[in-house]
Amino acid sequence: MTIDTLDIAASPMPATVPKRSFLQEVIEDTPGSDPRFEMCIQCGTCGGSCPSGPDMEYSPRRIFAMIKADMREEVLKSNTFWYCVSCYYCMARCPQQVHITDLMYTLKRKAVREGYCRKSTASDAPDFSEFFADAVLKYGRSFELGLATRYHLRHHPLGAIKMATGMGLEMMRKGRMDLTPRRIKNVDQLQAILSKAEEIARQEREQGGVA
Amino acid sequence: MKYNYYPGCSLERNASAYHDSTMAVAKPLGIEFQEVNDCNCCGAVEFMAIDKMQAYALIARNLSLAEQQMSNGENLVAPCSACFLNLSKCDAYLSASPALADKVNKALAAGGMHYTPGQVHTRHLLDVAVNDVGYDAIAKKVSKPLYGLRVAPYYGCLIVRPGFLDKFDDPEYPTSLDKLMRTLGATVVDFPMKAHCCGGHMTQISEPVALYMIHQLLKNAADYEADVITTICPMCQLNLDAYQHNVNKAYGTHYNIPILYFTQLMGLAFGLSAKKLGFGKEFISAAPALIKIGVKPPKKPKKKRPSKQELPMPVMPEEE
Ligand code: SF4
Ligand code: SF4
Repeated sequence: MTIDTLDIAASPMPATVPKRSFLQEVIEDTPGSDPRFEMCIQCGTCGGSCPSGPDMEYSPRRIFAMIKADMREEVLKSNTFWYCVSCYYCMARCPQQVHITDLMYTLKRKAVREGYCRKSTASDAPDFSEFFADAVLKYGRSFELGLATRYHLRHHPLGAIKMATGMGLEMMRKGRMDLTPRRIKNVDQLQAILSKAEEIARQEREQGGVA
Repeated sequence: MKYNYYPGCSLERNASAYHDSTMAVAKPLGIEFQEVNDCNCCGAVEFMAIDKMQAYALIARNLSLAEQQMSNGENLVAPCSACFLNLSKCDAYLSASPALADKVNKALAAGGMHYTPGQVHTRHLLDVAVNDVGYDAIAKKVSKPLYGLRVAPYYGCLIVRPGFLDKFDDPEYPTSLDKLMRTLGATVVDFPMKAHCCGGHMTQISEPVALYMIHQLLKNAADYEADVITTICPMCQLNLDAYQHNVNKAYGTHYNIPILYFTQLMGLAFGLSAKKLGFGKEFISAAPALIKIGVKPPKKPKKKRPSKQELPMPVMPEEE
């Protein structure tokens, strides 16, 4: 669509309604009460406390600045949140009680939903989460061997062989890994709950416009 | 004392030593555990990255199941730090946000379930041991003190941070596990990195990053000449134990530090047999540490050649 063909009068969003900022968007997509994202004072405590900080393209502090600057694509393409190990050091230390770890999860979900995760340098990571979730959706339980095999076969075939002959085999010898998944009794009930949850989330996105 | 018990996926298999030793020390501690019937996975650190509503519904189903077992009291005990964090965080967020609770309950209703936020009180096993049972009562049960055993107490992250329901210990420099180990007669070494992260699932995402984190922890414990590292979380145990060999290869080190659950050490001090406490399942053998305190290590199972059936051929979830 070019500027010429853009019919401003017919546009569903009147020019007077300001576009929702990226900051607003991530706040709305984060569960719990107020995540306090707008309260960041750029002190840098989070980045300095983060065990993955050196491996992140942008420190958590920078991510907050970039969100405020509406740098949506740059943020969602980055590896920062995929390198977050959920240690909560940042959250425990933040002088403004910003829910930093929750932001990392929100960015992960957005990047998965919008396909940005494929462009990030940590592009294997989303599959790990997705394969994990797949097993839980199916059995109600996680399934380490299935997850490890499926994930490694896709991303590190050599690792899969090492896994199957080295650590994996040792895990099995020691009785620390199941060959077949364990299923909860009431899988049907769980699946009904989870598909309803998905439907609610979808409706929420459609109504509230949270992408 | 009666408690509902949420084992989580790890304790059923990978961390069965944690489960077995927890069950073994329950009796001397005067604890009666009732497992949450048909509980599902808590989602670990993965599900929240995919779908928040599903992630919360998944956790809330467990809370709802525990709510149905209130005859065992309101306490729900999780020995895994990630399960503990997820259950307590979900409950705290549902309590703080009626709108979220409403949506999650709509999802639960599709399975004929409901959860009232705040009804179930999620606790970590360590919290229950030191605060409900108490150091004095534990001291009374010690029949074989762990004299001479140098223990590095490892807390990791999620049990002390950020403390969604109770802050039962310091988020930066916790001491409850130190005190518990001293109660058992062990020598507690200084362990400045005791609340640092084990890397969680990073071993799968980027092994070099993970090995760096694990190396730091092992080095710290070795610097203070720890005989063993004691842990309260299956993920921490797995990372420090199963990847110790890889750390040695990557860093040219020779660490050989067994990573033992705090319940295993408690059981030894109570005079329970090593076999009953799940010893022998660790990658880095605990035998030298056991011998040091005069405990007979469990017999090694005879190594037989792995048959075809034993090779890891998983049943795979079909690709969509
Ligand atoms: S610690 Fe908190 S206030 Fe400081 S930069 Fe990080 S998010 Fe902002
Ligand atoms: S929770 Fe994530 S972002 Fe925060 S310090 Fe830990 S790894 Fe870094």
